Amino acid sequence: MRHLTPRAVLAGIGELKPQRRTDGVTTMELLMRVSAEAMADGGISPDEIDGLLVAPQVGEAPQHVPATVAEYFGLQPSMSNMVDLGGASGPGMIWRAAAAIAAGQCETVLCVIGNHRNSPAPRSPNRNPAREFDTPFGASGANTSYALLMQAHMAAYGCKAADYAALAAGSRANAQLNEMAIFYGQPASVEEVLASPMVASPLHLLEIVMPVAGADAVIVTTEERAKAAPHPPVYLLGAGEKITHRVVSQAPDLTSGPLKPSIARALQQAGQSAADMDLLSLYDCYTIMLAATIEDAGLCAPGKFGAWLRDNGGMGPQARQPINTHGGQIGFGQPDLAGGMTHVVEAVRQIRGTAPNRQIRSCKSALVTGNGATMSEAVALVLGANP
Amino acid sequence: MSDYAALQIPGPTETALSAPFWQAAAEGKLLIQHCGACDRAVFYPRPLCPHCWADALAWRQASGQGRLASFSEVWKPGHPGWLPVAPFVVGLVGLDEGATMLSHILCSSAPKVGAAVRFRPTEAGGRRLPFFELIA
Repeated sequence: MRHLTPRAVLAGIGELKPQRRTDGVTTMELLMRVSAEAMADGGISPDEIDGLLVAPQVGEAPQHVPATVAEYFGLQPSMSNMVDLGGASGPGMIWRAAAAIAAGQCETVLCVIGNHRNSPAPRSPNRNPAREFDTPFGASGANTSYALLMQAHMAAYGCKAADYAALAAGSRANAQLNEMAIFYGQPASVEEVLASPMVASPLHLLEIVMPVAGADAVIVTTEERAKAAPHPPVYLLGAGEKITHRVVSQAPDLTSGPLKPSIARALQQAGQSAADMDLLSLYDCYTIMLAATIEDAGLCAPGKFGAWLRDNGGMGPQARQPINTHGGQIGFGQPDLAGGMTHVVEAVRQIRGTAPNRQIRSCKSALVTGNGATMSEAVALVLGANP
Repeated sequence: MSDYAALQIPGPTETALSAPFWQAAAEGKLLIQHCGACDRAVFYPRPLCPHCWADALAWRQASGQGRLASFSEVWKPGHPGWLPVAPFVVGLVGLDEGATMLSHILCSSAPKVGAAVRFRPTEAGGRRLPFFELIA
């Protein structure tokens, strides 16, 4: 396969502060606010937006989502689409935006994603294999799926519960440097993570993301147009994507996922290695997801993430390779499908050199990952300061 | 295990294609599709073989023997109907025939990855479901 990465720049970013409840606010309102923030950040006016990528969880619009959002925003894009890859949707938007620009269909793409959190949350009306062959046995929701993945990982490699808990504690520590984070002001030690209630063994409560409302937006445009933007450009240097399954019983491998080939492709396109990355902005719906991703990136051998993390000096901005400096979703909160985009937005801040209170000394490159369903939908991006 | 019968839990969203699986379970049997072209077991039910795409799937009674590829003890169920029996164990059962299915695992001792399990149809929430049990 030939590897051609369309040259594009991530020129504008926006992110709303996570909230546990939104009391009647609609998703469309959140999406519009965060998009305005991204346009202001990038010095891009609404009439310059000619591409629009959205995600499926616009509560108000189960169908015709791009048109509904475009109309609400007063946009008439010449390219629009919905990216439906769970937590990988946000990163998945970035390379699709670059590809659409390279195809000549548009020049400046708004990628926007988010969700409200009004109670009561409606139960899924799904009639798919997950609903038919998991739910009737008492396994509904992501917690049991990731618990099954984690148990298999522990059994295969003998990893200790404290190794996984260290990833949650490190995420919480990073969240203390981010005033936006839902767990700002609430650090958690390894002991506290292990003492938190068991949700689905071996997963403890504090190893699981907190669901929040929120939204993120990123504007992708051409190098030429980005010259007028107020911030230094952040380039998309490589991308990789892979989807292997949907329900955990159909996983081809319980201890390694589709991020492995996705990361390899993204790095190959960028001509870089995982160990070269100044920031690791890795999708972390659960501690096991972060552990498996560190291993799938080839940063250490399978089962060795615990020792690698200790050698790395933890996860903070001073670590050898800082991980999830915004707190990750474990520390920041998971704004539904926008959770994956928080990893893109933080990488842009770090590469620009504008991450408040937590700037890495020299951040010229970042590996960003997104993950959906049951470690089964994967997108990896390499972003950099230089083309 | 009488607790299970009174549960108010969501049952399977059966389709015409999957009906033989659920009907067999109700009769205390485990039926799994088998491909006559590539000789592989298929789970969950499909119209064509997902391994070789042949139109050669037939139902076969499975041995009901398998091993736990993984498991979890669920303390906070995703559906509130399961609360009365929590904590309970769900697991990935690698069937001897080669396919893997998720099921509820009845355990009289602590489960382990790799442990042997066998088919154990169980009354739960007003229907008989294809559960498995840990072989002690």
